[in-house]
Order: sequence, then C-alpha cells, then structure tokens
Amino acid sequence: MAAATQDSAVRTGRVTRMLIYLVLLLFALFYMLPLYVMLVNSVKPLDEITGGGMMSLPAQWTLEPWLKAWSTAQIGVQPTGLRPYFWNSISMVVPAVAISTVLGALNGYVLTKWRFRGDTILFGLMLFACFIPFQIVLIPMAAVLGTLGLAGSTAGLVLVHVVYGVGFTTLYFRNYYAVFPTELVRAAQIDGAGFFQIFWRILLPSSGPIAVVSVIWQFTNIWNDFLFGASFASGDGAPMTVALNNLVQSSTGVKEYNVHFAGAILAALPTLLVYIVAGRYFVRGLMAGSVKG
Amino acid sequence: MGQPETAPRSATGEMPHAGVFEPWNDPAESPLIRFRNVTKRFGEFTAIDDLTLDIYEREFFALLGPSGCGKTTMMRMLAGFEAPTEGVIELSGQDIAPIPPNKRAVNMMFQSYALFPHLSVWENIAFGLRRDRMPKRDLEARVEEMLRLTRLDQFARRKPHQISGGQRQRVALARSLAKAPKLLLLDEPLGALDKKLRQDTQFELMDIQEKTGTTFVIVTHDQEEAMTVASRVAVMDNGRIIQADTPARIYESPSSVYVADFIGDVNIIQGRATPDGDEAYRVDWAQGQTPLTASSATRFEPGQACHLAIRPEKVTISSDRPADAANAVQGKVHDIAYLGNLSTYHVELPGGVIIKAQTANTRRLSRRSYTWEDTVWLSWTATAGVLLAG
Repeated sequence: MAAATQDSAVRTGRVTRMLIYLVLLLFALFYMLPLYVMLVNSVKPLDEITGGGMMSLPAQWTLEPWLKAWSTAQIGVQPTGLRPYFWNSISMVVPAVAISTVLGALNGYVLTKWRFRGDTILFGLMLFACFIPFQIVLIPMAAVLGTLGLAGSTAGLVLVHVVYGVGFTTLYFRNYYAVFPTELVRAAQIDGAGFFQIFWRILLPSSGPIAVVSVIWQFTNIWNDFLFGASFASGDGAPMTVALNNLVQSSTGVKEYNVHFAGAILAALPTLLVYIVAGRYFVRGLMAGSVKG
Repeated sequence: MGQPETAPRSATGEMPHAGVFEPWNDPAESPLIRFRNVTKRFGEFTAIDDLTLDIYEREFFALLGPSGCGKTTMMRMLAGFEAPTEGVIELSGQDIAPIPPNKRAVNMMFQSYALFPHLSVWENIAFGLRRDRMPKRDLEARVEEMLRLTRLDQFARRKPHQISGGQRQRVALARSLAKAPKLLLLDEPLGALDKKLRQDTQFELMDIQEKTGTTFVIVTHDQEEAMTVASRVAVMDNGRIIQADTPARIYESPSSVYVADFIGDVNIIQGRATPDGDEAYRVDWAQGQTPLTASSATRFEPGQACHLAIRPEKVTISSDRPADAANAVQGKVHDIAYLGNLSTYHVELPGGVIIKAQTANTRRLSRRSYTWEDTVWLSWTATAGVLLAG
C-alpha cells in the first residue's frame, strides 16, 4: 500500500480506488464488446445467429466459417475465399512500407545533415502533401498510373502509397535526426565515410524507435486503405479491404454472418500483430521525435 | 609550467640555439600547411581576413584567441567543412579546396569527442580503417597499437557510455590518430576535463604527438594550455593573426599591446618615448615624475606615444628605494591578491595608475611584509619592460 501511494500522483482511499477500478473495468468491457461479438459469432453455425442468439456463446463450436472465409467463400468469379486477396495486400504493403520508410529516412538525413538552399521550403511542401485528401488526387493519380502503365496493378498501388506516405515518414525522420549530433556525422566523414556509409553505419543504428513509428504508421494506413484499393486495383488484384467489402456486400444468396465476422477478423489480424509486436516502441519513438525536436 | 625533458622544443629557452626544433627559421624547410591570403566571408561577416600562415611538419601549433576570432573557421577549412572565399590553402604543396573531408589526409578530434554511441571503443577506433578496407590482420594490429598508445587496452570492449570522460577523450584521440593522418586538428580537446586531469592530459598529448610525429593544430581559448603544449602559438583577433611565435617569445616579446594583454598578466604604462642612446629610450609617463628607462629594438621617434608593458613578476616590491634600480616608483598598496604560491600587490602610483607586482611566497606566510595603504617602492630593470607602439 505504501509503495502504491508513493507512486501515484493523487492519494486515494480504498473505497475510491475500488470505485475507479470498477468503472474502468466496465469501460473496458464495453470497448471489448464488438470484438466479443465478432469472435463468438465467427465460431458458431449460421442458424444460431439467425435464431437470435447473437450475444450468447456458441452452443456448437465450429471453425467452418474461418475456413470458408479464408479459402472457399465466393468473392470474385471463382470461390477462392480471402486468401489470394490477403497475399495481394501483403505484396502491396510490404514494399510500400519498406520503400516509404527508407525514403523518409534518407529525406530526413539530407534535410538535417546535408542542408542546402531552400531545404526548409522543400520540407514544408512535403508536409503540405500530408494534408491533401485522398479523394482530390484520385483522377490525376489514375491518369499518372495509366501513363506509367501501372493501372490496375499491385506495383501501381505501391507507388500510390509510397507517394502518399513519404510526407509522413520524412516528417518523423527529419524531427528525429534534427537532434542527432552533427559532430558524429562530421567525425564519420573525416574518418573517410561517404554519404551512404554515414547513413548506414552511423544514423540507422540509432534510428530504431523512429523506424518503428514509421513502420506502424505506414503499415496500418496502407493495410486499412480502401479508397485507393477500390479505385486503382481491379478484380483479382484487389487488396484485402476491397475483398472483404465484396464478401460482405454480396447481393446474392444468404448473408453468412459467421463467415463475414471471420473474414473481418482475418483482415484486422496483421495490424493487430504489428501493434502487439512493436507497439511498446511506438510511444517511445513518438516522444523522441516530438519532445526533443 | 614545465616541459617534459624529452620534448626538443625551444619553448623553454628564450634564445634559439642549434639542434632545436625550429623549422620556421630554416629556409630549407617547406611548410606542411600553407595559408595564402585566405579570406572567408559568411554573408557580410568576414571570419578570416587575408590570412597568410605556414605550419611545418611535426609542429604542435596552437590557435589562440577570444571566441569569434576565426580560429574555429580556420580549423573547419583545414578539415574541409568550409571552403575559403578567396585565397588558397595548401597541404604538402597541394591545394586542398577540391578535396572533400573524407578524402583528406587530415583528421580531427572534436570538442564533444563525437564517439559513435552504438560502437565499442575498439570499433570506434577501427571505424576509419574499415572505411579504407584495410586487411583484417593489419587493422587489428593498428587498433591494438592505438589502444596501447592511449592506454585503453582494458576498455576495448566497452561502449562510450561505460567509460569516464578522460577515457572518452583518449578514445577520441586514438580514433583520430588511427589512420595516421598528416595533420590532426584538435578543437578544444581538453575543454570538458577538470583542471587537474586537463594538466595531466596536456603532457600526455605532447608525448603522443612526439611519438607519432603527427602535426597537431589545436584550437583553444585557454592560453595556459596553448603555452604548455605548443611549439608555436598564433594569437588571433578579428580574423587576423596578430602574432605567431614560440610561447616564450609571445610572452616576453609581444608585438602589440593586444598580445601582451591577451597572454598572461601585464602592466601597461602609457607615455612618450625619447631616444636616449643605442636602442634605449626615456619614457615620460606622468607630470613631475622621473622618466622611466626602457630598451626597444623597434625605433620610436622623439615624442612618439608609446606603451610600456611590464609583467608583474618582473616588478620588485620593497619598502625602501633600491639604490641601483634603473626604474623606481613610489606608490601605495591598494589591494593584495593572495594565490597561495604567489601574491600580487596592486600598487597605486601618483596619478591613479595601478601597477601589479608579483612575488613568490617562498616561505610559509607568518606575517606579510606589506599591507594595505603601506607606501612601497616598485622597481624593475631597463630591459624588463617592452616598449610597444599600440
């Protein structure tokens, strides 16, 4: 008890403390409710849901809806399930995150350690790009993708996401490198290191926290994007989000809610994983960029 | 301030003699570094103003001056982080302007040490060698040699944050020497150390410079440090070198009031010079006072305004007028500064001029010979002071 009161900013009695925990618990339960509904309904047969037992635990446990959502549900022309679209998303999100993070790191490096005339204006313009709504660029972007011959391809989507993401990643890395001691760069330089060697050997090893921020931010944004996916990828090339929409919105046959719930969880799983694995670095990295910068 | 016995420097003696290290007096020597009419401007501001200077191989050269005098700019130009606006800097006879910092035979030790925090001491020292793709065996031998030179053998595997400030300073030195540069630049290398450690490190630095035979250029604002370590000192002000000479000559024969005043403590008496024999002058300094006598190699016209600069330790204090003193003035003790080893008496002369006289406290102080408001005599020889024009 003594240790607990020392650690907290406000002294509270036992009753107050219980009350606070109770309220917090209620809130937590409330927030967990959608996840609960999705989980329980994804592991029960369809007739239990249509029979009105949406909130109850399954009477008969089954993984059938998960298997169906993953591999046999009718989404496109063929009954393929979400699997091919999941791989579409992976092959879009991995290069897009990697390229935009590396470009952001390089931009941040140049904007802080190799400053040139007009660098702040350039950085301002890049920041400005973060505030342009997706909808505005749809038509010009489609024209550019068409000219480049990338329309309807995963490579095209990667390009779109890199272009949109690089403003954010540059912002992160620039602020992070702004407080990185320039004398270290000078020391590496006078020891014979060139432009990329300094970046690779001196800056990157110290960039862990901000790289995590950049990866989480880019991964969740690109994975969850629907508009670009729906606009610039067609049919079999669509990402997970678009496929999920097609699964849920199908206008023929019975609405298989249990399959829809399983599909929705499948679609959300990668971002959840990224947060669980790298999440504890996220706040640390954001603080490092903002407080000192 | 003593010199280690191994140092073949003339800094301890006033007069140059044969066999000492004085390449700047040898016309056969060609300088390692040559500043030729170098000017550096940042916008409207002139940091370096038409500067010409030669620095020779194996020299330990100190750039000394107040902040903003241009000494750091000179160093940054040698390192390659700045280019001269006008003029040429040569290293071994070659213009270095087109050579980028990572290709120069120059290294630098930074004030903050700039150790790479994610690398061990060993890897910090090896960093430059790895950039040169040195074969593994040679690289290991070189790093071990550097570790021995700087007495860091036991700390090779530690990270910079796991060692003390003095050890970090030595890692920085080892790293900057690892590639055997022709020229090593040291930017306030001892600024972060406390006084005691700084004094020890000064001798260590001289020792290492001696062993490696590298030319050192050190930037410092600590004149004692510059006097201790350097073979020559350049006193700078406003982007110009006012005087570049051995520490002894800078101290004993300053070329201007600025240098005399910047290095050590000095008394300046203003007056008018009148020639009085061969290189001897009479200085009228106050009405109704006996003129002072001084010698000077530089000529003064009769009646020319002059400054007589005398170091406090060359002024003798006594209660009676010394019989055979060339210069003797009477005054009142105004203040006493007791430093333990020395005492400095501030004596007010008629007319308000204050002259400092320094005496070594050779005995334990049981009672002071002079105290406040005592009337005392100050005296010095005819050659003790330097006559300066301005």
